[in-house]
Amino acid sequence: MAGKTLYDKLWDDHLVKQRDDGSALIYIDRHLLHEVTSPQAFEGLRLAGRRPWRLDANLATPDHNVPTTDRARGIDGIVDPVSRIQVETLDRNCDEFGILEFKIKDQRQGIVHVIGPEQGATLPGMTIVCGDSHTSTHGAFGTLAHGIGTSEVEHVLATQCLVQKKMKNMLVKVNGKLGPYVTGKDVVLAIIGKIGTAGGTGYAIEFGGEAIRNLSMEARMTICNMSIEAGARVGMVAVDDTTINYVKGRPYAPKGEQWEAAVAAWKDLHSDADAEFDKVVELDAADIKPQVTWGTSPEMVAGVDGQVPDPGQEADPIKREGIVRALQYMGLKPNMPISEIQLDRVFIGSCTNSRIEDLREAAAVVKGRKVSPTLKQAMVVPGSGLVKAQAEQEGLDRIFIEAGLEWRDPGCSMCLAMNADKLGQGEHCASTSNRNFEGRQGFGGRTHLVSPAMAAAAAIAGHFTDVREFVH
Amino acid sequence: MRAFSHHKGVVAPMDRSNVDTDLIIPKQFLKSIKRTGFGPNLFDALRYLDEGRPDQDCSQRPLNPDFFLNQPRYRDASVLLARRNFGCGSSREHAPWALDDYGFRVIIAPSFADIFYNNCFKNGLLPIVLDEETVDKLFAEVAEQEGYQIEVDLPAQEVVTPSGERFSFEVDPFRKHCLVNGLDDIGVTLEDSDAIKSYEAARRQSAPWLFDAITHS
Ligand code: SF4
Repeated sequence: MAGKTLYDKLWDDHLVKQRDDGSALIYIDRHLLHEVTSPQAFEGLRLAGRRPWRLDANLATPDHNVPTTDRARGIDGIVDPVSRIQVETLDRNCDEFGILEFKIKDQRQGIVHVIGPEQGATLPGMTIVCGDSHTSTHGAFGTLAHGIGTSEVEHVLATQCLVQKKMKNMLVKVNGKLGPYVTGKDVVLAIIGKIGTAGGTGYAIEFGGEAIRNLSMEARMTICNMSIEAGARVGMVAVDDTTINYVKGRPYAPKGEQWEAAVAAWKDLHSDADAEFDKVVELDAADIKPQVTWGTSPEMVAGVDGQVPDPGQEADPIKREGIVRALQYMGLKPNMPISEIQLDRVFIGSCTNSRIEDLREAAAVVKGRKVSPTLKQAMVVPGSGLVKAQAEQEGLDRIFIEAGLEWRDPGCSMCLAMNADKLGQGEHCASTSNRNFEGRQGFGGRTHLVSPAMAAAAAIAGHFTDVREFVH
Repeated sequence: MRAFSHHKGVVAPMDRSNVDTDLIIPKQFLKSIKRTGFGPNLFDALRYLDEGRPDQDCSQRPLNPDFFLNQPRYRDASVLLARRNFGCGSSREHAPWALDDYGFRVIIAPSFADIFYNNCFKNGLLPIVLDEETVDKLFAEVAEQEGYQIEVDLPAQEVVTPSGERFSFEVDPFRKHCLVNGLDDIGVTLEDSDAIKSYEAARRQSAPWLFDAITHS
């Protein structure tokens, strides 16, 4: 019999009950909550007279609606009354049901997918869910982590379980070594460019190969974060010393004897050598260039030295139609070089790229330079209050401010523009976030997804430029 | 949950692939703390010519005449015919809530994004996967015949066209069972409370670090 994949092991470890109809009850170790997808779930509990099954599995924080300025005022700083009600509702629900929440004024507040790992609330071997599709981020720790809808948020609160069907296994192997200034973001965009936004549908993806093994936890989180943009609910990376060193000493990580026992258990969190995958995709790291999306779907991506495609060259009629529509929305011409796309704004942040390493990479590029006067705005939004504090301790805030970038308070911010930070109609933005859908960053806004280093170089140049040449 | 067993209704064609959840219901409408009232803002950016804001009276807004749902023949549609990878993007359940609130009961596409597909079942909405060729054929028939209606028979797992042609579809037995009977799946899971408790007790032994850390600090 073939060995098990990492996904098989995580599944088996959490199987409460296999039902005859093929569905299974899977136990959930950690449940993260935020203000947008939880109010209706708490309301459902209340209406049915139910209580949370297990309080200590839950951790909540507001992130989508919080302002990124004037945070000393706390909730009073939220100008939009509807946003404010949503944040207040989360506070009230957590207080009423007894769930731990990092409230808006808590230094530990931040984007839910940044704070889980930062606090050690995300531990290898766990099942982790959240009413947010980028929960796949946590898979970087050898966890089974995925987004759920609000009905399932209620289901997890009430039962600590989910009804699931097992997915298929996919291995994405990135062989060899990445070139300088080619980051986790470029790797995952290249993968999505290759397999498409539905390429991972129905699969749990494991990312492996030499290039992945050599990446930091931050970069692995960036890659797993965007699994959902490849259609896969779940992305994961096997546990190794990099994982264990990252977790060690975090506030909620095990201590003492429990730490030793946990580490021993975590050593098994990798696919067996003879495990079989339903699908294997391989990429050569040396071929991956800094990536830039030109369209309205993350698969519409090219190397920075490439061009906007010509729909006339596309054989598949549905794809051709998609390219025509995207170019029209984005205001771009076929065959135009990527480096000629002029920018209006730059956004460095989001659960994809707002961790300390991302900010260091961006700061290294802008240091001693000035943001292009053709830009309306360039902003840096750290992923959590603790990332912000760490960056300030390292002097990164000074570097950004001196270069002309705004230094903001933590939250989702312009990633989806539910707070006051957004694009104007027709504006082009170099963004380190994860979705370039129509209107995602503001009505009529045009998003180009890039790495933090590429966003930083673009901020200085005013248009896209190859960061590898730019820094020399 | 509202039960679903049979449905007959007018089909409206959304002829574009990769329709994402931001397109189905833009984020400014996710600020509501309710499950209802999202229908007027379904496909907001495509449906209206102005920028949508919460608390607007949508009946006063300029409609985009080119958008399919604004054409009188599709206005009362309850079956949405769509293209590949429908519902990709975020996990927001506001997407099926908006479709449901508008009056859709069935969505037919060659493929759906996983989380969206799952969310539909939780809300009494039936997503049906038919192969690309069949979907192409339905698009052509819908365009040709005004008032084109199809019948959906969930127990038999069949779609019937006006000409009497039948197409069968797959559906997971547990999901079908819950939908046909209008079951609250939390209630179903809680029938297995003992199994959950014994799993938990064993897990506390084998991996004690997964428990209590958050409440004890
Ligand atoms: S940063 Fe963006 S993608 Fe991440 S949780 Fe927030 S809104 Fe979602």
